[in-house]
Amino acid sequence: MAEYLSQYLNPQWQWLAYVAASLVHVGLLLTMALAAAAISIWLERKVSARIQDRLGPTRVGGRFGWLQPPADGIKLLCKEDIIPTAADRLLFRTAPYISFCAAFGVFLALPFADGWAALQFDSAVFFFLAVAGLEVFGVILGGYASGSKYSLYGAIREAAQVISYEVPMALCVVIPVMIAGTMDLVAIGNQQAGWFTNWYVFHDPFTFVTFWVYVTCAVAHVNRAPFDLPEAESELVAGFMTEYSGFRWVIFFMAEYAAMFAVSGLAAILFLGGWNGPIPVTHWLGLSYNVHPLAGYLGNLLGMCNFIFKCFAGVTFMIWLRWTLPRLRIDQVMTTCLKYCIPLAAAMFLGAMLWVYAFPDGVILREKSAPRAAAGNLQPPVALSGR
Amino acid sequence: METINWHSFFFLLFAAVAAAMAAAVVVSGNIVRMAFYLVVSLGAVAGLFFLAGADFLGAVQLMVYVGGTMVLLVFGVMLTARGPFISMQTGGGQWVMAVVVGGALLAVLLQTAFSVGSSARPRQVEHTPPAATAPASTTTRLGLGLLGVRVDRLAEDGQDEILQQGMSGYLLPFEIVSVHLLVVLIGAAFLARAKRKAEGGGRRAEG
Repeated sequence: MAEYLSQYLNPQWQWLAYVAASLVHVGLLLTMALAAAAISIWLERKVSARIQDRLGPTRVGGRFGWLQPPADGIKLLCKEDIIPTAADRLLFRTAPYISFCAAFGVFLALPFADGWAALQFDSAVFFFLAVAGLEVFGVILGGYASGSKYSLYGAIREAAQVISYEVPMALCVVIPVMIAGTMDLVAIGNQQAGWFTNWYVFHDPFTFVTFWVYVTCAVAHVNRAPFDLPEAESELVAGFMTEYSGFRWVIFFMAEYAAMFAVSGLAAILFLGGWNGPIPVTHWLGLSYNVHPLAGYLGNLLGMCNFIFKCFAGVTFMIWLRWTLPRLRIDQVMTTCLKYCIPLAAAMFLGAMLWVYAFPDGVILREKSAPRAAAGNLQPPVALSGR
Repeated sequence: METINWHSFFFLLFAAVAAAMAAAVVVSGNIVRMAFYLVVSLGAVAGLFFLAGADFLGAVQLMVYVGGTMVLLVFGVMLTARGPFISMQTGGGQWVMAVVVGGALLAVLLQTAFSVGSSARPRQVEHTPPAATAPASTTTRLGLGLLGVRVDRLAEDGQDEILQQGMSGYLLPFEIVSVHLLVVLIGAAFLARAKRKAEGGGRRAEG
């Protein structure tokens, strides 16, 4: 995008193109992350209500309570901003922003359609894992700096849980990367074009199991029930968030929901075909950059809807889990990770490796030449492909 | 008006943050704050790597150093959790030792930095900001290099020969080092484990 803009500017105003391009990227991503968080919060209220045989919000903004998230936001902004006297003020103030920056930074590498990523680069998967792991940092700092026993318990639990679950999660992520032969998320998504049988979750039995191990680890990684020990309401008041109120609490919450969306997005790209639908409709309609730039744009737009739908399906699944399963004990959390997830992920890694070695072309209904598999070298001309 | 060199601007920004936070680590007395400053400093170094187009190295920096410091932070929190915000006292002798060691390292680094001739510095090509247009294929080349392919000479003729005449690759040493580290980790966990008596009574019944 920066290159495109700089065509129209004098050489000495070139920098303006880069500033504008980065502003557009960041603005779009921030809107995406915040809108995803707001919609997830609304979804959480409605889904939890339905599961508990209630109606949930019905009056705020029309029939379905659409305006509940902004109403929540206004309410929280009006709340008193409290910093405990025992708190380490600097760290207490900084912690929520660290969590949010980590959760938001992940979106930089997340492609929403073929080539529609703020940063398309070779080590996107690795970058994703590295940045997603930083979210725990804000939680630990916040829990420590609150100067409260409950917060500290929550923070230490979070540290133990997230750092342990990073290992099986990384092992699960490596398997699709190995099959795809690249860590570029856009290329991984493009390789799964075509029918849904091309999705990596259906690539072989091992990837199918891996997908569910990944789901377990992802839920633990974003501290959702049944792994929500860091903020266990019935034991620790609110865990690491006990002393937080008002806007800082909102930021922690935004970070949690943005992380849920991002982790679902990674699952969608690595296992569920990314922006490729179950049926190659865009291919039949000829919506590709090979045909016409506008057609390609429309195809990408459809793909983005597809991707966002998959992300919200993942978020809904996590909400469903939260209101269905009881919370695990800390020893059960650790057992799940160390005795089940890690050996399972390692075995699946070995199995998937042997499978790829034995059947390089795949087995189950796999089209040899996926419709848009060769689209890797065809960059979308202008829109949003900026690096 | 001269064009603003954004690359230099961000380099200076990240470098200033890294240096300032490194100084703050030394000055501060609170363990957890020290760990926090250290993490910010290391994160700024990761920013420098990203700025240089070394995205893989930047991610490694975030994963290994920032993640590793996180564990340090957890230990800091656990050790100081008894009293609120215990601060560390550094003796005079420790200061002297630290200044001698740090000063020696600084002297070596400074001499190395200034001994690089101006001809060895990368030349600035006009109208191509380095980070923005750098080819995004670092990881593949790194992986090939690990396997012993001379990536720097792939473009030349006779590729098959180059594949063979190259080094044997870093894969085997890398694996040996990783297994070694794993053994050390498991050994440390085994040693640190609370001893339990084998003949009954040592184990509490857990409800």
